Amino acid sequence: MSLDYKNDGARMEELITEVLTAYPEKFSKRRKKHLNVAKGTEEMGDEGRPLTECDVKSNIKSVPGVMTIRGCAYAGSKGVVWGPIKDMVHISHGPVGCGQYSWSQRRNYYIGKTGIDTFVTMQFTSDFQERDIVFGGDKKLEKVIDEINGLFPLARGISIQSECPIGLIGDDIEAVSKKKAKESGKTIVPVRCEGFRGVSQSLGHHLANDAVRDWVFDNKGAATQTDLSGFVASPYDVNVIGDYNIGGDAWASRILLEEIGLRVVGNWSGDATLAEIERAPKAKLNLIHCYRSMNYICRHMEEKYGVAWMEYNFFGPSQIEASLRKIAKHFGPAIEEKAETVIAKYKPLVDAVKAKYAPRLTGKKVMLYVGGLRPRHVITAYEDLGMEIVGTGYEFAHGDDYQRTGHYVKEGTLIYDDVTGYELEKFIEKIRPDLVGSGIKEKYPVQKMGIPFRQMHSWDYSGPYHGYDGFAIFARDMDLAINNPVWGLMKAPWKKSEPAPTLAAAE
Amino acid sequence: MPQSAEKVLDHAPLFREPEYTDMLARKKTEFECMPADAKVQEISDWTKSWEYREKNLARNALVVNPAKACQPLGAVFAAAGFEKTMSFVHGSQGCVAYYRSHLSRHFKEPSSAVSSSMTEDAAVFGGLNNMIDGLANTYSLYQPKMIAVSTTCMAEVIGDDLHSFIENSRKKNSIPEDFSVPFAHTPAFVGSHVDGYDNMMKGILESFWKGKTRAPGAQINIIPGFDGFVVGNNRELKRILELMGVDYKILSDAADQYDTPADGEFRMYDGGTRIEDIEPALNAKATISLQQWCTRKTLDYCQESGQDTASFHYPLGVGATDELLMKISELSGKEIPAEIEKERGRLIDAMADSQAHLHGKKYAIYGDPDFVYAMARFVMETGGEPTHCLATNGTAKWDEQMKELLASSPFGAKAQVWAGKDLWHLRSLLATEPTDFIIGSSYAKYLERDLGIPLIRLTFPIFDRHHHHRFPVWGYQGGLRVLTTLLDKVFDVLDRETINPGVTDFSYDLTR
Repeated sequence: MSLDYKNDGARMEELITEVLTAYPEKFSKRRKKHLNVAKGTEEMGDEGRPLTECDVKSNIKSVPGVMTIRGCAYAGSKGVVWGPIKDMVHISHGPVGCGQYSWSQRRNYYIGKTGIDTFVTMQFTSDFQERDIVFGGDKKLEKVIDEINGLFPLARGISIQSECPIGLIGDDIEAVSKKKAKESGKTIVPVRCEGFRGVSQSLGHHLANDAVRDWVFDNKGAATQTDLSGFVASPYDVNVIGDYNIGGDAWASRILLEEIGLRVVGNWSGDATLAEIERAPKAKLNLIHCYRSMNYICRHMEEKYGVAWMEYNFFGPSQIEASLRKIAKHFGPAIEEKAETVIAKYKPLVDAVKAKYAPRLTGKKVMLYVGGLRPRHVITAYEDLGMEIVGTGYEFAHGDDYQRTGHYVKEGTLIYDDVTGYELEKFIEKIRPDLVGSGIKEKYPVQKMGIPFRQMHSWDYSGPYHGYDGFAIFARDMDLAINNPVWGLMKAPWKKSEPAPTLAAAE
Repeated sequence: MPQSAEKVLDHAPLFREPEYTDMLARKKTEFECMPADAKVQEISDWTKSWEYREKNLARNALVVNPAKACQPLGAVFAAAGFEKTMSFVHGSQGCVAYYRSHLSRHFKEPSSAVSSSMTEDAAVFGGLNNMIDGLANTYSLYQPKMIAVSTTCMAEVIGDDLHSFIENSRKKNSIPEDFSVPFAHTPAFVGSHVDGYDNMMKGILESFWKGKTRAPGAQINIIPGFDGFVVGNNRELKRILELMGVDYKILSDAADQYDTPADGEFRMYDGGTRIEDIEPALNAKATISLQQWCTRKTLDYCQESGQDTASFHYPLGVGATDELLMKISELSGKEIPAEIEKERGRLIDAMADSQAHLHGKKYAIYGDPDFVYAMARFVMETGGEPTHCLATNGTAKWDEQMKELLASSPFGAKAQVWAGKDLWHLRSLLATEPTDFIIGSSYAKYLERDLGIPLIRLTFPIFDRHHHHRFPVWGYQGGLRVLTTLLDKVFDVLDRETINPGVTDFSYDLTR
């Protein structure tokens, strides 16, 4: 479904001017570059052309003291890329906090016996003390690795996720990794993802990708790797890259890829084993979902191993359908035929979901503020339900993300990069959308304003949202968020000036 | 096709459908290269053995599943208890995103704090400019009455000097000359969140009291300490103090900040200790800490300032509440009113009614040092046995305190104290010496899964159950609530174990 709507661009421009007045002048100027309104392009609607231009400055330092919603490089590496690899132990190397706050929070579902053969929902830390800062932590790290190997013998490898102090005190975690890999025969991966590096999570993704390249593919540690000699390649081997299996997303995607006749030999990195990472260069095609966090390794695999890569989008039936066709085209008529069969198979489900939920959601206005791919990727899923996107923005996007966003958003949409707590609150207050999709830090302020909210990082403890099976859950969740009776109870009746909004009755 | 619009399957039932279980089985055999099931079982059994326990307890570098957080979290919490106060954490920005998320996940409430967003250049040149710019922005955008500055470990490692940075910022007109900016150095590599609370409290008091002359009065200051149940507890505390008619001020009262109404308006700030009440608190007769381990430096400072001080270990349970009330009565000269005495009687009555069901029950208790102390004490009052008492942030001195407490009751005779140990240690302890229940935070749900020991969630953080923190666990009323929580779990477990029709249901009793 291609919804035809426009947002009130002039009004959005006014809003930008209004929020900027709250800043001291110097910072008003700096923040101005991050806020804009999507402009229509001349070739609007043409095949392959963007619908709009979303021209904002991005991937630059956050302004101090403004309540940025961003995280850090450690969050990008440990939290996003490495953390979900299930049969490795990921050490939060440094003081206790980083590992503690990110422990079990990303809902990277996996199958395994936690603590025995898999370790995702655990917090391993070197718990730095003052003496480690003063005398250096390399000796301690060696001991930590030895103790992991002693107590968790089935761990296939270890990654060392650097917290801020590591890079400041001059530790040589690379030397420790090489030494210990040699001694133990296990893959040991040092990652220089100290939180002060870069300007957001984004550099952490990049550093984590580089660490895969150097310490897994190129095997700098020279430890014995999984024996892949028995692997028999097929012409239909693909890796899914940048699906972290939040609430089972990767599984709801894998089922479709298998149904159209492909073989998913690796899933990066939700529910992944180290073997799936090591084997990746043997695949025929890399399918990349979260472009922002893993495009680096795809480019590398293309250059070095000749593995092509392709972006796709499994949010909502319109995009799933288009993506399945695009992927199938790469493999030729046999797969294309199967793709059509799969699309047809799920058509009744899609129609039933739309028939049930679209009448309850059509015309509802949505504001988004999320991370990697979602500020654009989920837009069509909302539109499939008749909902309209009035504003969107990214925590840590680069220019190429905003360029891609132009293919999704309509003219007049408010665009905000690295939005501050103040700006987001004001935008929401003025626009008063019917739904906001953002993170845990934004959830409660928005709900108190009487506006329905869904966490779009963790799927608000629901999911999957990928694939056809996920679309049904997505639609159900947006409906339950918007049409819950609680939003009509906010005002005490003796204070009520206008009637409560009409709500569709729960079914 | 398992999914349908009629009945939308959530992830849990969806992935149990054969389409998915088959797919995941194929993934495992064809692509994962995981160890054989027999090997996994062998290692799993080994991790529950005495041999593994010894090996596990012998580790001294690796920490696995600790039950503690880092200092700045405590600092942010302490600052949240003051009127219109914004926490400003100097250092890397990711940390602040983490504290905010962590607190929001527990309280199901907004948690506001800002960062000075230091990056690589600040690591080299220091974060002075970040402070100057940051304070100016925070002041303009969020219009606080006070900005409380703490530090991430990055700023601590490079040695930024908060005092001079803040004074510099004043000179650069980031903030008005007389605007309150208390600060505390809160290195994450020293102590834990309870020490961060302590440092921030001391920093706030110092910034208002330093150089002032004390004119002793009758007021009693009360410092609650880091407490995930602050919402319910502080309100209960105030109710009791008002019933007694005590002249008191709570220093750091985050009850309203972490419990704002949903009425169409987002309140970034709500309630808290009034800024104008901080300076006169110097004149208090005494300062009482409700959690000794959260206020060691702060209480020393109060004492140096000329006040009487007293400290407690989380006033949960009968004896702990008795002692607190008697101390407050002694200090204030106010009688404990009959109404409160009646509440005490009601709690004891309830304990007597239910004593058969709690007598002899064994517990593993973990959490912050003061909580573990209080909980162990209350468990013993019910005739229960605190078999394992563990605090990852417990010190050798805490260990001694605990042993003294446990020696005071026959119900503590078999108890073991584990200072500085983590929840992976606890797994070994429980696998070899199991208890009937675990009392702790949400993190122990993994122990419940691995060992089949039911978890009772009574301390921070509680992420996977809602709203518990809105009800008190302090005082006699709180004791009643804790008692009920313990009993609910006892009875639920008993019912679950006897629910099998025709097999065990002769014990599935209607009246218990």
